[in-house]
Amino acid sequence: MSTEAAVVHEPGKAREAFRAITRDVSSVAEAQKPHKLWLVALAIAVTAFLIGVYSVYVLVTTGIGVWGNHNMVDWAWDITNFVWWIGIGHAGTLISAVLYLTRQTWRVSINRAAEAMTIFAVMCAGLFPLLHTGRPWFAWWMLPLPNDMGSMWPQFRSPLMWDVFAVSTYLTVSILFWYMGMVPDLATFRDRCAMQGKKIRAIIYGVLSLGWRGSARHWHRYERAYLILAGLSTPLVFSVHSVVSFDFATSQLPGWHTTIFPPYFVAGAIFSGFAMVLTLLLPLRFLFNLQHIIKQEHIGAMCKIMLGTGMMVGIAYATEFFIAWYSGNPFELFAFRSRAFGPFWWAYFAMVSCNVLVPQFFWVKWVRNNNILIWVLCILINVGMWFERFVIIATSLARSFLPSAWAHYHPTRYDVGLFVGTIGMFVMFFLLFFRFLPVIAMSEVKGASPEAHAGGPATKGGHH
Amino acid sequence: MATEIETNGNGEGELYGLLAEFDTPGELVEAARKVHDAGITEFDCYSPFPVHGIDPAMGIKRTILPLIIFGGGFSGAMGGLALQWYCNAHAWTWNISGKPTWSIPANIPVAYECAILIAALTSFLGMWIFNKLPQVWHPFFRRDRFAHVTDDAFFIGIEARDRRFDQDKTTKLLQDAGAINVENVYLDPDPAKKQMPKWITAFIVASTAFALVPFAIAAKARNSKSTEPHIHIFPDMDYQPKYKSDQMMDVFADERANRGEIQGTVARGWLTTDDLFYRGLETSEAGAKWTTAFPKTYPDGRPFVVDMDLLQRGRNRFEIYCTPCHGYDGRGNGMIPERVKLTGGLWQARNLIEAPDKDGKGGVAVQMPNGQLFNTISNGYNTMMGYAAQIPHADRWAIVAYVRALQRAQNAAQTDIPADQQGSLR
Repeated sequence: MSTEAAVVHEPGKAREAFRAITRDVSSVAEAQKPHKLWLVALAIAVTAFLIGVYSVYVLVTTGIGVWGNHNMVDWAWDITNFVWWIGIGHAGTLISAVLYLTRQTWRVSINRAAEAMTIFAVMCAGLFPLLHTGRPWFAWWMLPLPNDMGSMWPQFRSPLMWDVFAVSTYLTVSILFWYMGMVPDLATFRDRCAMQGKKIRAIIYGVLSLGWRGSARHWHRYERAYLILAGLSTPLVFSVHSVVSFDFATSQLPGWHTTIFPPYFVAGAIFSGFAMVLTLLLPLRFLFNLQHIIKQEHIGAMCKIMLGTGMMVGIAYATEFFIAWYSGNPFELFAFRSRAFGPFWWAYFAMVSCNVLVPQFFWVKWVRNNNILIWVLCILINVGMWFERFVIIATSLARSFLPSAWAHYHPTRYDVGLFVGTIGMFVMFFLLFFRFLPVIAMSEVKGASPEAHAGGPATKGGHH
Repeated sequence: MATEIETNGNGEGELYGLLAEFDTPGELVEAARKVHDAGITEFDCYSPFPVHGIDPAMGIKRTILPLIIFGGGFSGAMGGLALQWYCNAHAWTWNISGKPTWSIPANIPVAYECAILIAALTSFLGMWIFNKLPQVWHPFFRRDRFAHVTDDAFFIGIEARDRRFDQDKTTKLLQDAGAINVENVYLDPDPAKKQMPKWITAFIVASTAFALVPFAIAAKARNSKSTEPHIHIFPDMDYQPKYKSDQMMDVFADERANRGEIQGTVARGWLTTDDLFYRGLETSEAGAKWTTAFPKTYPDGRPFVVDMDLLQRGRNRFEIYCTPCHGYDGRGNGMIPERVKLTGGLWQARNLIEAPDKDGKGGVAVQMPNGQLFNTISNGYNTMMGYAAQIPHADRWAIVAYVRALQRAQNAAQTDIPADQQGSLR
């Protein structure tokens, strides 16, 4: 049974399949010159990022009076953007953790990029509450640290404190999960760079890959730890957006004070996150020729998830209105009337049409196969979800209990500048990620391919 | 399927082990099972992805990592609760709307996040620690073929230190198991290269020591005294380019930043020339005496009228400032005399409404002219302190009017009641 055993099947065929995966994914980062469109996109993103840097500079040196927020509408674009970005991040964790636990193998083509998206989105999100404090250099006051002000400690019964813990835990766990998943692929990059004689790159990737050598004993613990991290991330992702929704739900403001918020926010987060994943991946998939790894059926599956979560969000909107009427609470009813017909009616209209009507297109198979149309619809969903956060935050504050506290809200150029800046930062990091890191989990794609079982008892037939 | 055995050890160090390459993951599993069955323990399989079924074939026991992670998560939850208990229920109890300082439901979210955070850190760090990674160097990396283990290659590596290792027999075992290539892997002849390079060790030691410097500075600062104020990293508006009233200023001869009042001027609202209103005195060439009436006008020119509004204002002020001693009815039985009585003492505030007897004795407050009553409120009388600082002049006059009304009401005869209300008496 010695040498003949290897020729029972075609030698080298399985290896060629694995080599193709390595080559295709690595080629994204190994191209000598970056793609022209990539450079154009990076230039635009960096410009937007610099606008954000300038806005932050003005904000920090002047004070948050440069924003449109005022005593009546004291949470506006900043908190809207915070909730929006956090929500976008959630799809990444969902794809990498929940789909991993439910053994959805199609996730392997997109999980790495989705996890990267999570991290960059949470970084963008974290900026807003930090800057909203007005003096971000005192942000460490939010941490329970011994200090020279006597026995002064944070107040843990405040949902804002819960936010600090939830968001920072989320960022930490997301980074651990992302990095840990990337180590075997970084080792692939290390070995390729070493073989191609790129010494400095090989050293950098070598340090990052921690000396990974694909040992089965290592893989054993690695897979256990990865499974458990996925298991930990899943309740985490639900808890984070629930905690974010508590910021509103535990207040007494009509339109905020509802128990529906946690599930409603989580569904919206998944909805907007999947839309953002597709917004980013559809052009990059085309740009770097990854159509055979990120397959059309994967995109179709994501469209179906958006259809489902979009309808959940729609039910939440309807429930809110029903409860406003059914509760018999005049303040609640008024809050929802002014949402739909008040001064921000256009925002409400944009929200409902983008979040409830737009995903209905995904019922049609033809739409799910038309990537340009999907991309446009995803952009619209992102816009709609931004408006959802804006409608919840700004309209509720603009029409609170007393008419004397009613006020209108206008963003200033620095509100817009910071938002544009975070989008720039997000896209910039994402483009750099595509250029320098393994964008697709090669080891997982290989493990999920049919060749992963080549040469085993099943393919060898009655060999034994 | 040529199998080539590298036996040439010239220029190499001692033998580390054998590295056998296999074509497919399935063959790797089969070969691993054979190596394991041969009783070899110091061996490992290497693959670009976790190969299904390799663990039982190699006889890998389930890792205890999950248990440790559970421990991490549990201590995270308990630590989170302990942290919140210490902060809010022990070190700094802070009453918010009378809510309990320690209530589990409000502390669950943070404890929950702490549990996940510590469990995730445990699984991440625990996995690397158990795997003995990061490892800077491994002898197998000396073989060029091994660079493909992260791409498409499958290897079994058997270490020479295994007690059943025999170079020829073990090579044969691997070849029989279907290896497409078996290589001898030697350690580097340079013994220095068997260890971590010195500069890496030096870098780790130096950077660790450097990282401790801030902590050392903080520790020193906490345990030593200094005459210098704290370092203000973010001064905010603590230091402003301005003088405070008690500071020096060498521009002036007296070197005082506070310049005082300008002679011959009076600040707005501080001109108190009206003796009648401000002091209750009627002045004439013969001298000054307490007025028995009320001021004619306020300083701003409005007429001073004793009407119901003034009396209500007086009552309101009287009940705030006077009742603690004099009581609501003015008989001197306020809360403070009552408490003196409870502690066994005997002290009564002035009875404001007591009428003088036939000889004109007693009834001090009743006999006082309005002006003197006003002066008493302003400057005090016997043990009573003055209320000039608390009660504005106009309000003092309102109190005077109310005290007069009290005196009149408490000393009234039945005939003083208007005829049409006589019947309502009981």
